[in-house]
Amino acid sequence: MDLAERVPAGDRLALARLLTLLENDQTEGHDALAALYARTGQAQIIGITGASGTGKSTLVNKLALGLRQGEGSPTVGIVAVDPSSPYTGGAILGDRIRMRDLAGDPGVFIRSMASRGALGGLAHTTFSVVEALDAAGFELILIETVGAGQTEVDIARTAHTTIVVDAPGLGDDVQAIKAGILEIADVLVVNKADLPGADQAMQLLRASLQLAHPTRAEWSHHGPGALAPAPAVECLWIPPILATVATQGQGIEALIGALEQHRAHLLKTGELASRQRERVRAELDGLLRDQLAARWRAAQPDGRFEAALERVLRREIAPRRAAVELASPEGA
Amino acid sequence: MDEKKIRVLIAKPGLDGHDRGAKVIARALRDAGMEVIYTGLRQTPEMIAEAALQEDVDAVGLSILSGAHMGLVPRVIELLRTQGQERVAILLGGIIPDDDVAALRQAGVAAVFGPGTNTQSVVEAVRQAVTDARARG
Repeated sequence: MDLAERVPAGDRLALARLLTLLENDQTEGHDALAALYARTGQAQIIGITGASGTGKSTLVNKLALGLRQGEGSPTVGIVAVDPSSPYTGGAILGDRIRMRDLAGDPGVFIRSMASRGALGGLAHTTFSVVEALDAAGFELILIETVGAGQTEVDIARTAHTTIVVDAPGLGDDVQAIKAGILEIADVLVVNKADLPGADQAMQLLRASLQLAHPTRAEWSHHGPGALAPAPAVECLWIPPILATVATQGQGIEALIGALEQHRAHLLKTGELASRQRERVRAELDGLLRDQLAARWRAAQPDGRFEAALERVLRREIAPRRAAVELASPEGA
Repeated sequence: MDEKKIRVLIAKPGLDGHDRGAKVIARALRDAGMEVIYTGLRQTPEMIAEAALQEDVDAVGLSILSGAHMGLVPRVIELLRTQGQERVAILLGGIIPDDDVAALRQAGVAAVFGPGTNTQSVVEAVRQAVTDARARG
């Protein structure tokens, strides 16, 4: 069976197999994806992140449902990541429970992934899985991260547009101004907006955004030229803050509108191209590092690394110096 | 290549609303290092087969307490075979009369578990069924 032919032809089982091969880091999967690479780069990639219990899965369900309405609606691939147990490596992947409305739609493909030890809110292989869905022709790909706190910001490097989901009653205003997850938001959503405290949550987000993002008012307040030249206002993207009640489907249309606006902004300002360049640069850099390390290891006489390790453990040499010695040609 | 992760779909087809057993099994399989996709209550055979395909699972565990197993289980097996997933192992848990067990085994169910089953024996049965299925290629 040739996955590289069957996947673009719409063979869903072949696609599912390819995703498994990629998740397991198997050569057959990498080869098939390499053969399909020219087909990638077409999909619009949207990330959804936020703390556990904010309703990410329910929002993804209703968002996909909304996107599939009407003529000419895009096909939607969904990648939902849940955490692996650090002790057993097992995982319970429960995001599909909230996505049952999407069952039976051939224009939707949902794949659950375990994080398998990665800490950034995604699995190490999530991007390969997204590329495979892209190559299979899915026009819009939603990535739902592990319930994320303040450091799980890998999604911003992977997605074109990142939605950060908040809910009432999760934290005070100090939580809201901590760095991290708010800074990566292109669109902010307060879900469960029918619960008490929703207005306050919206207000907190608005206040912390005003601290983080230069707005027109701030620039003019200091007078022209008082600060470094402000970026042209039309080039700035101020993340909109939207209220949703995902269980009822409220606010989904406005969210889809905000996603379209952000897409238009990325295209108009050229930021889409620069984000893609940065991501590919990071990917290439990481792969090159792996290759060089593998080649270096293969060229080493046995035991040189182990010997250096022993010396470090005996505190005869600091790790950084040991690495410098190891990387220089032997005997130099 | 080290051992491939076992992926299992745990599903509750039909209309009974009791999923405690399914959740206990899902947790036991997770604790045994497997990746368990849990899909919730009231799934149709079509939904289960579709999820099994998209998730490319090695095994499907069905939990049925309603007595509708003789209708639901063969239908799931048929759908899986139609879509090319002959290799997926099927396991069944719930209230299954002894008289039905032989027929279900005949239809392709790898193992049937009743009330009082030790979770460890379910874990072993899933491992065994997946190993057998992978060996059949």
